[in-house]
Order: sequence, then C-alpha cells, then structure tokens
Amino acid sequence: MTLLELRNVGVSYGDLTILKDISMTLNSGEWLMVVGPNGAGKSTLISAVSGVAPYTGDVFICGNDRKAMKARDIAMCIGTLSQSHNVGYSFSVRDLVGLGRYPYRKGIMGGRDENDEMMIETAIGEVGLAELADRSLLTLSGGELQRAFLAQLFAQDPHVLLLDEPTNNLDLVYQKEVFDLLRNWVTGKDRAILSVVHDLGLVRAYGSKALLLNRGETAAYGDTEEVFSDDTVNGIYRLDVRQWMKKLYYPWVAE
Amino acid sequence: MKPHKAEKNRISKRGLPQWEYLAFIAAVCLTFLLCVSVGTVSLPWSDVIHYLSDLVFGTEHEYAVASAPQIMTVRVPRVICVALSGMSLALCGCSMQGLLKNPLAEGSTLGVSSGAALGAIIAIAFDITVPFLSLAGATVMAMLFAFGSIMLILFLAYRLDYSLSTNTIVLLGVIYSMFISSIIMFITTFASEKIRSITFWTMGSLQGSTYTEALILLVVLVIFGTVILTKREELNAFAIGEDNARSIGINIRRTRLIILISVSALIGTCVSIGGSIGFVGLVVPHMTRMIVGPNHRRLLPATLFSGAVFLMIMDLIARVIMRPRELPIGAVTSLIGAVLFVFIFAGTRRRDA
Repeated sequence: MTLLELRNVGVSYGDLTILKDISMTLNSGEWLMVVGPNGAGKSTLISAVSGVAPYTGDVFICGNDRKAMKARDIAMCIGTLSQSHNVGYSFSVRDLVGLGRYPYRKGIMGGRDENDEMMIETAIGEVGLAELADRSLLTLSGGELQRAFLAQLFAQDPHVLLLDEPTNNLDLVYQKEVFDLLRNWVTGKDRAILSVVHDLGLVRAYGSKALLLNRGETAAYGDTEEVFSDDTVNGIYRLDVRQWMKKLYYPWVAE
Repeated sequence: MKPHKAEKNRISKRGLPQWEYLAFIAAVCLTFLLCVSVGTVSLPWSDVIHYLSDLVFGTEHEYAVASAPQIMTVRVPRVICVALSGMSLALCGCSMQGLLKNPLAEGSTLGVSSGAALGAIIAIAFDITVPFLSLAGATVMAMLFAFGSIMLILFLAYRLDYSLSTNTIVLLGVIYSMFISSIIMFITTFASEKIRSITFWTMGSLQGSTYTEALILLVVLVIFGTVILTKREELNAFAIGEDNARSIGINIRRTRLIILISVSALIGTCVSIGGSIGFVGLVVPHMTRMIVGPNHRRLLPATLFSGAVFLMIMDLIARVIMRPRELPIGAVTSLIGAVLFVFIFAGTRRRDA
C-alpha cells in the first residue's frame, strides 16, 4: 500500500531553488533514508511534506492530495519529529505525549476516552519513560527528551513517520535505542518511515530504501544496495567512501 | 498499589479539581469584600454585607456609617470593573505566552496596550464615535489598534527572526511602544484641550467606573474568554513548539488568528475602559504557573481567578497607600511588574545559555 507519494516536487525561495523535480513513493513496511551532502535539500524535503515549506508539484498522503487535506487528517497519516527541541515550559512527559491524541479528539472541549489514555500509557512505556512520566521536560537529558517526543508520535499513531536527524547529538547507546524502537515500530500494519540521516553507517544498517540527493536533485533512488554503489556515492561525496569507512571502523572491528 | 496511585494522579492532572475551584472562588469573594470595605473611608464588614444584600435582595438595613450607601455606589462598580479587567488582562497574557512560547509576552511588552491606547486617544482627540453609542468609538478604535499592533509586531518579528526568539519580540515591543508614545505626544500637543482624558488613558485608572462599563467588560470576557478556553489544548502545543503543534494536526494559521483576535478584543476593551494597565498579564500568569503548572487545562482557569484577585489588591493599594490621594493603578502594577520582568528575563537567559 502506498502511504506517501511525491510527484515532481520542487521548493524555491525567490530565485533560489532548493529542491527540484523530486518524485518518490513510500510503501508500507519501508524505511526510506534521505541522504546527501550538506545543502542537498534533505531537511527541505521533510519541510515540504510536513507543511512548513511551500512546494510545487504534488504530494499525496495516504492517497489524498495534501493541499486538499485538513490539518487533522494529515496528522492521522503522518507525524513529524524535529531535529532539535527547545522546550520553554515545564510540561510533564505525560502532558507532551497526551498531545499526540489531538487529531482524534471529539468536540472542541477535547475529552479523551479510555482508548486514548491507554495509547498514551503504552507509548510512554514503549520508549522506556514510564518511571519519568510525571517529570518535567526541562529536567530530562537529550536522549530522554527525544524519546519523549517519539512517544508522542507513537501515541499519535500515524502511518508515516517523518524524522529529521532523529538521533543528532545523542550518545551511541541512545542512538541504538531510538533506531531499534523505530525498526520495531515500522513492522506494524501499514507503517513506513521517511528519515533524514547523516551517518551512512546507520543508513545502511536500518534503511530498506534510499533517496540520494545532490544540490536539490535526485542523484539515485531505489533499494539501499543499489543507491550506495561506489560509482554513485564517491562522485557525490567527493571521497572514496568505502575506503574511508574501512579506515574509520578498522580499529573497532580488527581483533 | 502503584498503578492505582498513578491512575489517581493522572485524573487530577486533567483540569482544576473541584476543591481548587472552590478555593479560588473563595479567594476572589474575600478579596472583593476586603476591597469594597477598605478605602479612603473604611467601612465595617456589617455595612458591606448589608449594602450588598440591599442591592441584590432589595432588603433595607440600618448602616453604622451613615454615608455607607453613597460610598458603596461608587466603590462596588469600580471593584467589579477592576476584577473583570484583571481577569481579561491575565488571560490575554497567559494565552500570548503560550501562543508565542515566550514567558515575557504580554500586552504591555508587545506594545499591544500602547497601540490600543493610541486608538482610544485618536478616537477622543478627533471625536470619532459610533452612531448611537457614544462610548463605543474609543472601544472599537482600541480593539482595532490592538489587533493591528499585534499583527505588525508579529509580521516584523517573522521577517527579522523566523524562530520568534524572546529577545527579538521583546525588543520590537519596546521599540514599538516608544514609537507609539511619541505619536501620542504629538496628538497631545495638537489636542491640548483634551489633555486630561488623554493622560488618563496613558496612565490607567478605573476611578469612576460604572455598571455599564462592568457589563461591557463582562460580555466581552464571556465571549472571547470562552473562545480562548476552548483553545487550551492548542495553546499547550504552541507552548511546546510550533513544529510540534503542526505535527499533531493543529491548523496553525487559523488557531493563531483566532487567539490573536480574541486577545485584541479583550485588551482593546480593557484599555478603552481602564486605560493601559501594564504588566498584569506578565505577573499573574507567571505566579499562577508556579502554583498549578504550565498545562493550560489548569492554567487558564486558574489565571482568571488570580488575575481578579491580583488587580483588586493592586487597586486597593493604589487607593489607600497615599490616602486621601489616589495613585493611578497602572503605576502600581508597572512598578511590581518591571521588577518581576527582570527576574523572568534573567531566568530565560540562563536557560537559553
């Protein structure tokens, strides 16, 4: 089932073209990694789909044209995790996660039913924050905060997750935790992930498909193994990537 | 036992529990009684109770102080207006702080109050009135100017700094307020015969408020206060971040517009009746947030009550501290507000660093 489809999507600010003619589809069960050097337009792609950046072309979300959809219906299909969180007030973890049920609320006074409450508690448990559910967000570490926002997405229960550098600035252990959580999440019914990830190691370990961008244009798109052929990658990153990876990880893998 | 405890905890976090409502209502009533009994001439509690019962139930009592009914005729509508203004201004401050994710946002720091005052002053100086409603000219102009001021400042802030950081907004608000006060000075120079009523609007006072004005405040508060209260979940999301609000399916533009229109209507009405009373919307939500937490389900109703209590006490101080002379209430709130502003600003700076 196709959950997200982009047809000839472009983003420009004035004369400056950031993205040009991007087409792709995301089907259930897939984890698409958007990669490319700095300034390739990776984050802008996320912005266009999540509604921050105005775009040309067509974006179809769960089969509907994004431009004709209500904010609530979009939120039932896709949820976005930002790169960094600058929380201003001391909301509790449970307050934050509870907001994930907003698209499903009934009436303007926004009552929640038992199912909503159960989804919230389950999501908090899944990311391992049950003990901290009543703690203020201001007291959490970077890794805990990222997991709290992830729990909100789980409670929101959309079909597609849009993630912009989900583990930027996180320690290795949190990086592994978050990626394992996501890999487990995407195995659910009618679910897919589109994420921007810088670390090519993580990209190949977790992604099923990849979209390689270069200066706002598609350089390669398809299964991870095809996209990361030496010829394609070396040209775009202006580096012998395979050699560099070998050198980088040699001290860790050599016995 | 543990899950049970968590369950109870969660329910109590949903809204204000009943006993808290009762406590807040009791605080408002007690403050009201205190404020109508104390003043240039203080009255015994028995006279206050007698007068209120005469007023509401039509009974006829003897008074210990002979002039009590005359004093109360002036004092009761004034204190009611003070309480309603306090509610409105505090609610506005609270919703702007949530909407802009900025603990320093408030009518006076954003320049909205001075914008509204300019609107009222233009209406007075150039005799702009609405047909059949002599009072409405200043009110409508104040509302329009309040809304225009918010839109202008937010537009400039977005152009300069898309993230709408605390410093940008406050700086713009300060510059805008200075700009407005220079225009007010120009108008004052050319309309010197109306200088007294213009000064009143810039200083802020609820002296001589009437029941009609109380009714106007009440109607506007009921309408737009209700609108704001229905947006409490949206305010929670904005207070966490605009990107997060968008992700969970909030219509960003429409919600922001609805809240800003409601805030302008409330501030415009308050300013047209009581002049610009600064910093109420800064001090009250800040103190209330320390008691009930940042969740707007609890914070918004609690702010309404504490806003009423706070401004009634400020008005009392303005009336009695230099008696028989009376200070403008705006001077008292600004004095306290300015000090607190520094503390909150220092707090946000520490967190940003």
